[in-house]
Amino acid sequence: MCLEILKTAFPDAVLEAALGRGQAVARVKPDRLLEVLRFCKQDPRLQMDFLMDVVAVDFLQESPRFEVLYILYSLLHNHRLRIKVRVDDGQSLPSAIEIWKSADWAEREIWDMMGIPFEGHPNLKRILMYEGFQGHPLRKDYKMEKRQEIPEIQEIPD
Amino acid sequence: METTDALKAKPVYLNLGPSHPAMHGTLRLFCELDGEVIVRAVPEFGYLHRGFEKHCENSTWTQVIPYTDRLNYVSPMMNNVGYCKAVEELIGIQIPERAQVIRVIICEMNRIIDHLVATGTNVVDIGALTNFWYYFNVREKFYNLIEKMCGARLTTAYTRIGGVMRDLPPNFDAELRQYIVELDQAIKDVSGLLNKNKIFLNRTVGVGVISKQDAIDHGFTGPCLRATGVAYDIRKTEPYYGYETYDFEVVVAEHGDTYDRIVLRFEEMRQSVRILEQALKRLKPGPIMTDDRRVALPPKVEVYTSIEGLMNHFKLIYEGIRPPAGEIYSCTEAANGELGFYIVSGGEGHPYRVKCRAPCFPIYQAYPKMIEGRMIADAIAVLGGLNIVAGELDR
Repeated sequence: MCLEILKTAFPDAVLEAALGRGQAVARVKPDRLLEVLRFCKQDPRLQMDFLMDVVAVDFLQESPRFEVLYILYSLLHNHRLRIKVRVDDGQSLPSAIEIWKSADWAEREIWDMMGIPFEGHPNLKRILMYEGFQGHPLRKDYKMEKRQEIPEIQEIPD
Repeated sequence: METTDALKAKPVYLNLGPSHPAMHGTLRLFCELDGEVIVRAVPEFGYLHRGFEKHCENSTWTQVIPYTDRLNYVSPMMNNVGYCKAVEELIGIQIPERAQVIRVIICEMNRIIDHLVATGTNVVDIGALTNFWYYFNVREKFYNLIEKMCGARLTTAYTRIGGVMRDLPPNFDAELRQYIVELDQAIKDVSGLLNKNKIFLNRTVGVGVISKQDAIDHGFTGPCLRATGVAYDIRKTEPYYGYETYDFEVVVAEHGDTYDRIVLRFEEMRQSVRILEQALKRLKPGPIMTDDRRVALPPKVEVYTSIEGLMNHFKLIYEGIRPPAGEIYSCTEAANGELGFYIVSGGEGHPYRVKCRAPCFPIYQAYPKMIEGRMIADAIAVLGGLNIVAGELDR
């Protein structure tokens, strides 16, 4: 149902829309992402008032390399939807912080763990790791055995 | 009056934590103070980051289960259940009836334990120690029972993909029924001490208020969301393990303050007791593990007497379970809210990607907004009510 609505509203932006194991998933163009997300929240038939999580997956062998997905939930209709985009290393995504506040830390975590920058994010810095940490640990080419220097305890800068 | 500026005190910076008994784990909060009032607060965390998700990618599917204990370590079995449910949905297997009922029982037991800790320590932080003993007395009993079930109190790893590790211990039924009675008494005792207690009310009513809209926008789930008046409970909206057949109510409050969050948990424990009583009646003898050979070890007789059984056993131990390629988002109602696992499988013996949606994470994001403009003492009272667990926040 959600997918039909999305496909008719954005025939050119939705690249793929299918049910996978009973869950609705739509892949959209990265440059139309914000538009689609805003529609998902505001359209009364979808009304996705929750952004449950933002997840990034590193498909090292593929191009574009990263998949970022937004897990949405509607309280009113009790349905879920995942919006996916693909980005390459070095490319950025627009921040969804204006649509859902919960995007704030979720996007910071992705920047920290995967190194995907979010444009328009007011405070994009590391969240779980410390400033001065080299690299992004959840990337597939970050080796498990890699060790880094233990930092001094820092003042929180701002 | 031109002196207001001159009278304004210089801001004082105060660092709370990461190692401070009131900071529940390893949370660090940096506050800018004007007198005793918090002007600005910046939380910092990650001190307990263990790379859970990275570890998952380098372990077999079964080896992930012990890591999940350490997410929300106050209610470890719920994380076991959440992860195993996700993998089972990914493979597409059903677990036997008895295993489902056992999982409902351990989930509700752990919800009770979690709420006992959350509310018990919260009221300690605001100076009411006796309640803590009432609660931890009965919590100890539940922990003894958990120890009998799986040999560990905290690092339980009780579930397996396809069922549970072992059957309930003998006399489980009678023991649990007795502890339920003791729990009921403990809740009565604590409510008696708190309900009309002026100090308690002054410290909690209207403290750390968050509106319904803000809570939804921030991604609140669980008791913290229900305290604002939103009746969102996955056990009702997307029921699993037959929760739709149990008779219980979703508890909601209306003000979204610390008082509501504490009292709501009291009532949720009573609802969990109702579920436990019904589940105990449904416990019928039967298998506790699926007989699907893709995930379950073959019986020992087969391993010792047939080559197929032996190979099956070795394959499952050496290579592990191999779910088909694909992805799944599966969520359960954990003690703190929606515990989600987004899992990508490449069809191999280890997960390609596991993302844990920890309920604390979005809740903690709203914490600075809830305490700015209030006293330091309020910050501690609010933190306990949100029940932030560093293990699941930092992963």
